[in-house]
Amino acid sequence: MLHRLNRAGGVTRRTLLQGASAVAASGLILPAGMRAAAAEPRRGGILRVAMGHGNTGDSLDPATWDNAYVQVLSSAIHNYLTEIDTDGSLIPEIAESWEPSSDATEWTFVIRDGVTFHSGKTVTAEDVAASIDYHRGEDSTSAAKPIVEAITDIRVDGNTVIFTLEAGNADFPFIMSDYHLPIMPSSDGRIDPTSADGCGGYVLDHFEPGVEARLTRNPDYWKTHRAHFDGLVLMPIIDAAARQNALITGEVDVIDRVDTSTVHLLERAGIRIISVPGTQHYTFVMDSRADPFTDNNVRLALKYAVDRQDMVDKILSGFGVPGNDHPIGRSNRFHADELEQREFDPERARHHLREAGLDELRVSLSASDAAFGGAVDAAVLFAETAAQAGITIDVVREPSDGYWSNVWMVKPFVASYWGGRPTEDWMFSTGYAAGAPWNDGFWEHERFNELLVAARSELDEERRREMYEEMQRIVRDEGSTVIPMFANYVMAVSDAVATPDEIGANWTMDGFRAPERWWFA
Amino acid sequence: MVRVVDTPPAPTPAPGTPKGRPGIAHVWIMVGQRLALGLLTLFVVSLLIFGATELLPGDFAEAVLGQAATPETVAAIRRELGLDQPAPVRYFDWLGGVLQGDFGRSLASGNRPVADMIGNRLGNTLFLAGYAAAMAVPLALILGILAALWRNSVFDRASNSAALGAISFPEFFVAYILIFLLAQSGYFPSMARVPAGADLGERLYRAFLPALTLTLVVTAHMMRMTRAAIINLLASPYIEMARLKGMSPMRVILRHALPNAIAPIANVVAINMAYLITGVVVVEVVFVYPGLGQLMVDSVARRDIPVVQAVALIFAAAYVLLNLAADVISTLSNPRLLYPR
Amino acid sequence: MDAFGPLGWLLLIAGFVAGAAAAGWLFRAGLVLVTRGELRRSLRGAPLTASFGMLVILIYLFVAVFAPLLAPYGERAVVGAQFLPWSEAHWLGTDNLGRDMASRMIYGARNTVGIALATTLLAFLLGTALGLLAAILGGWIDQGMSRIVDVFMAIPSLIFALLLLTIFGTSIVTLILVIAVIDATRVYRIARSVAQGIVVMDFIEAARLRGEGMVRLVFREILPNAMAPLVAEFGLRFCFVFLAISALSFLGLGIQPPTADWGSMVRENATLITFGDITPLLPAGAIALLTVAINFVVDWQLYRASGLKD
Repeated sequence: MLHRLNRAGGVTRRTLLQGASAVAASGLILPAGMRAAAAEPRRGGILRVAMGHGNTGDSLDPATWDNAYVQVLSSAIHNYLTEIDTDGSLIPEIAESWEPSSDATEWTFVIRDGVTFHSGKTVTAEDVAASIDYHRGEDSTSAAKPIVEAITDIRVDGNTVIFTLEAGNADFPFIMSDYHLPIMPSSDGRIDPTSADGCGGYVLDHFEPGVEARLTRNPDYWKTHRAHFDGLVLMPIIDAAARQNALITGEVDVIDRVDTSTVHLLERAGIRIISVPGTQHYTFVMDSRADPFTDNNVRLALKYAVDRQDMVDKILSGFGVPGNDHPIGRSNRFHADELEQREFDPERARHHLREAGLDELRVSLSASDAAFGGAVDAAVLFAETAAQAGITIDVVREPSDGYWSNVWMVKPFVASYWGGRPTEDWMFSTGYAAGAPWNDGFWEHERFNELLVAARSELDEERRREMYEEMQRIVRDEGSTVIPMFANYVMAVSDAVATPDEIGANWTMDGFRAPERWWFA
Repeated sequence: MVRVVDTPPAPTPAPGTPKGRPGIAHVWIMVGQRLALGLLTLFVVSLLIFGATELLPGDFAEAVLGQAATPETVAAIRRELGLDQPAPVRYFDWLGGVLQGDFGRSLASGNRPVADMIGNRLGNTLFLAGYAAAMAVPLALILGILAALWRNSVFDRASNSAALGAISFPEFFVAYILIFLLAQSGYFPSMARVPAGADLGERLYRAFLPALTLTLVVTAHMMRMTRAAIINLLASPYIEMARLKGMSPMRVILRHALPNAIAPIANVVAINMAYLITGVVVVEVVFVYPGLGQLMVDSVARRDIPVVQAVALIFAAAYVLLNLAADVISTLSNPRLLYPR
Repeated sequence: MDAFGPLGWLLLIAGFVAGAAAAGWLFRAGLVLVTRGELRRSLRGAPLTASFGMLVILIYLFVAVFAPLLAPYGERAVVGAQFLPWSEAHWLGTDNLGRDMASRMIYGARNTVGIALATTLLAFLLGTALGLLAAILGGWIDQGMSRIVDVFMAIPSLIFALLLLTIFGTSIVTLILVIAVIDATRVYRIARSVAQGIVVMDFIEAARLRGEGMVRLVFREILPNAMAPLVAEFGLRFCFVFLAISALSFLGLGIQPPTADWGSMVRENATLITFGDITPLLPAGAIALLTVAINFVVDWQLYRASGLKD
């Protein structure tokens, strides 16, 4: 019902809010993947997953989760207040329904009844409050601190939790689906962050960081049509070739981060490739405060000097789509479909250079495969095409180790990536709002920032769309980020694994939920 | 560098080698002195590694937060873990703990004791090293002796070229080739991860490919050294004498040349065994084998200093002990060293 | 690779060995023709393996020096689609970015051999100088240096290189310096122990009594007698620099792209081998061939120095 509304042309805020409560009230919570899947999911089997992330330093503490391995693990152990469905819409999870105040500064979440943790304890509103509270405050060491900073107060009232925000935010329920914010058991208003107790579909039996995690199905799971496997083995296999070999030789059933340059060979071996276009995008970001990037003509010249299709073909082996220099993906609600796709045009690049009063341009571009797989190659390709426009790009390969602390937001022109965010507001306010900690282009645009605030609390769907489309245009034409490509999430599965027809695009592994949504045929 | 290819020198006597004391007692004194020296080496290594990790850009707080680091959260983590203390204070805190047998707690893994994290992996590392050595050392000695016996024959040249060819491929590449040939056809598993509670047979089977890779990697060096050490002796007068007496070439080598070649051979074996323990991170990665090397590299990336320190100490201790063993064997094998003038 | 079968491989290897022997024989015959005197006599006695080795080394040097003239395309130029098959336009096809593989191999010779040579020379300069010094001076200088070297050697070289490269960055110069310093500790040990054996000999004692200076002592008396084991070590060390760089690229350090270098090229294409594609065998084979060639020559020299006649 919700997804149908959404497909029909996007939900208004009001239908979204009401819809959520309505679905919950009528008890019609359809598990994602059920609706279009021809085959009925079957229970059974142990799913073995090899991921291209994870290391010996991983921990169960949600404040530290920083890679897809722990994120998939946590989504198997835990539930969240809300969940992003496969079509990108928001559906209830531990929150049965939610309701904003009229100015969207106060949000009331009704906590679902009768859900228990693996330990047997019932999930209460206090647990929810403590779980979110853990990431806030002066002494918070959580990576999620910036995303919960707008919460000024958390209050428990019976079986509801009430969040008060600094300013109205129509998309707040989306934020509550963030992977850092699982619902964990509390005592005296605090959670034990190292505990493995959760209310998700699988119980953690054994966890050795960097080696494996073994889980068994939660027999008391409240979702009756989810979590089909009897058990789960999650292991990190960092080396791409080793990961592929494990799948080919039948040691595992699913791998993520498939090396796209050898996909054609993998397919030959009778392996099914799952490729999902999402919001994940790769960027070359310029420090708009540093010369020569202060001049928008220079930034435009660089934007016209990228051959996007060539990059998608060579770096992603076609598993992606060209970017249009703004961070909103095609699966987003308010993606500006009418905005003209920017093409490789060395003549226009030269034109903008002349406008900037330059005959030629020489810049250094810092890249590392820590930014994204193939970043260095992509930078080399960029340098090749830019040369045709009289721009010399010196590619500097930085060490992967320490890339985010020593290069990103330090050097003036660097490769980076965004996992993407489920809503326009979330994406723009994290990476493009003036003064945002991750505004990696140090970019400030008056009109853009006005629109951002206005759109956040705008009620009218059409007005909101117009605003977001204008913002996409501004970022595309005046922003300080070259966004050459959106990369698909590419996974490979053995023929024993069955998946729903539609697969979540918000993160890899079906929005981290593959253990819940997939099954053995 | 990646593979240690030292031509091993004759054992270097430790400072102040005791003179005038005969036999085994002399060996014990040497062992004692070398162990004391080894402890000093470990201390300096810990100091060096600590200094190096201090110089690395970024610290644990920044590494763990990655792209999500903000100044406040970084400061909060540093406060919580005591990383805001000056480096000397942290080092001596750590050293004090180690002297009492406490290797501290990992910064990254939710405060797990380091000893806990290392235990299993140390076992895995030693198992793989022992496995590879059990295949490589006899193979290298036999091939080396035969090559010396039939020097300049087709066998000598072929085994020499094959060994050289094998070591001139990068390790991970040798591993990939073996996976292609032996794992994809289903003979052996491509992942060496051993399930808990597996028996010895199962463990040997699962770890076969990494052990074979390492065997190919270290055999050449030991074989060439064995051959060279023996041939080196063949020109000496007493060998000439034995040959003139009509001894068979095989007997000459086994009875007269080999005993005197034990010192350099023991040295090269020790160095290669140290390599099997300390240098195999690449093979661990390719075969998904949970050993110490991977823990070390991960911990360096995370700036998890207590773990880095502990693993570095284990590696250094392995090196010191194996070299000591080689020197003891050399001394015992050589009457002139055993009974110094 | 699959379609070939074991017999095919055997034939291929036999053919290669025969070809190599023939090339070695011809090369030796040529050399004997153009040289004279002492050199000619020793060359005539060179085994086929050694003359083949010399031929290979010469070819590599030639390619390295004249790379820009030999390569059909630029080192980093993107000239076509990715993974093109072998053809007349692209002898060895193209790589993952559409760069000409043959040109990258040719430039790779220059970069790889150049870097390996620089690194090994530096390591030997440093290691031999300090090793000889320790052996000649003895006493606490010797003890001090040896203990320091022991400490360095007790740290696994790959981990040590990883630490140093992370601290100092991964430019080619730092790469050369870091690997050279780590290798120098190994060279030091050999140089020192070889020299120790020589220093106690009577002729050195005699030279000292004659009042020969340190420099003269080293260059006239000690070095010539220590040359054989040092040369043997040089042969292997030289080749292991490639492997070091390759292993470092495996861990994400190593040489900066788009510089073509065989070690990194093996790494970039290595996954293809698990699908039976032989592309990564090209750079790996280039390294292996050079390793074998150099060590053939080294073996010959060692054999001559050992004085064995059979």
